[in-house]
Amino acid sequence: MIKIENIHKSFQGKPILSGISGVFGQGKPNLIIGASGTGKSVLLKCIVGLITPDEGRIYYGDKEFTNASRDTKTEIRRDIGMLFQGGALFDSKTVEQNVMFPLDVLTKMPLAEKIDRVNFCLERVGLKGQNKKMPSEISGGMQKRVGIARAIVNNSRFLFCDEPNSGLDPQTSILIDDLILEITEEYNITTLVVTHDMNSVLGIGSRIMFLYQGLKSWEGTKDEITDSGVKEFDDFVFANKVMQRLR
Amino acid sequence: MEALGKYFIFLGKLFVNRESFATYAKLVIDECMAIGINSIFLVSLVSFFMGAVTTIQTAYNLVSPLIPDYVISLVVRDMTILELAPTIIGVIYAGKVGSSMASGLGTMRISEQIDALEVMGINSTSYLVLPKLLGSIFMYPLLVILAGLLSIMGGYLAGQLTEVITPTEYIYGIRFEFNPYMVTFAMIKSFVFAFLVATISSFKGYYTTGGAVEVGKASTAAVTQSVIAILTADYLLAQLLLK
Repeated sequence: MIKIENIHKSFQGKPILSGISGVFGQGKPNLIIGASGTGKSVLLKCIVGLITPDEGRIYYGDKEFTNASRDTKTEIRRDIGMLFQGGALFDSKTVEQNVMFPLDVLTKMPLAEKIDRVNFCLERVGLKGQNKKMPSEISGGMQKRVGIARAIVNNSRFLFCDEPNSGLDPQTSILIDDLILEITEEYNITTLVVTHDMNSVLGIGSRIMFLYQGLKSWEGTKDEITDSGVKEFDDFVFANKVMQRLR
Repeated sequence: MEALGKYFIFLGKLFVNRESFATYAKLVIDECMAIGINSIFLVSLVSFFMGAVTTIQTAYNLVSPLIPDYVISLVVRDMTILELAPTIIGVIYAGKVGSSMASGLGTMRISEQIDALEVMGINSTSYLVLPKLLGSIFMYPLLVILAGLLSIMGGYLAGQLTEVITPTEYIYGIRFEFNPYMVTFAMIKSFVFAFLVATISSFKGYYTTGGAVEVGKASTAAVTQSVIAILTADYLLAQLLLK
């Protein structure tokens, strides 16, 4: 479980996040949604510690992260896996080396065991036998899947996904969403997905937080999106024609 | 001043919260290969011609029959060891290795690879930059020694080809009143320049923001600032150590 309390963040005096609070439970994906520029990615970066919030607290389980010592932060971070928008694979390393990287640096696992674990994770994300390929030799969707394999290889308890479907075709997007859902349920981990893709919202949006102009504007589940009663949220959800027709 | 403060904080981060020794050992060897071995050809080429040209130009300027010919090689030796090998090769080193460090780290920054390391709980500054710094400190002095030897050899060959100095006189001039402190001075300069190029270039690359254009700008700034730092340090070291 991740808990955030009263998160504030400004850049050059311009408020990006204003008093965001919430609890993200485990076992089901938690989605942070909103239009571009509403502070979703900034919130995600605050939660993982890439950006320090101006105010507020973040808890991983019962451990406070924001004001923790460097050692405690490192300890918490070693339980975190993250899928970046562009994959963020190390382009000079093969698929296998990318997935093995956290094990190489953070554990003393014997090589044979590491290879077994990497093969297991690659098979789990549907990339069996792609070990020796370079990131530049595989498609965007495959890169995202390698990113997921790298994020779970160290048995992470917290999985963060920043726009996992950006730049992917609808079919591959569904594949990635399903994979995130399966992994979250199978390993009972706390997953946080930042997206503005309505297909993801409808597909895996068990718990949704909607941000609007740096504020938490609505919170609920995918079953509640049609009667939110919040104008900005309705405008976002029913922006495309398909959703309008469904309405 | 703000950038200078940021640079010193960056240097401080290199030595805290590091990973295991084994992790760094492999990375340092990789950097030594990338920095040192890949620079040998360019350094050799420049040094050889540097010595050859210094010989010919010194001979051209020494027109008085009262000055013995061995002074030519003596000048080549002193110029090579004191200045040309450590400093000119330093400028070339900044252009080749410094720009590569800055663009490599800049690309990692804009493609979120550095963020990925941070999220894993790895001190990205130390993990990425410390091996570059150590590789630079190990390899650059060796490149300077190679440059010095090849420059003197280049001078020898040019002297023979143009017949401005005989082999015996050249060797005599090279050995004449040789002061070993010059080599110590050159090595001190090498360590300082290696440190400056590696840290300034890494600093510029590490803090790149934006896209591909900014990576190019960071690379150019890394070379420019490294060269300025080399020349400033060169002057200060000469003032401090050659009194």
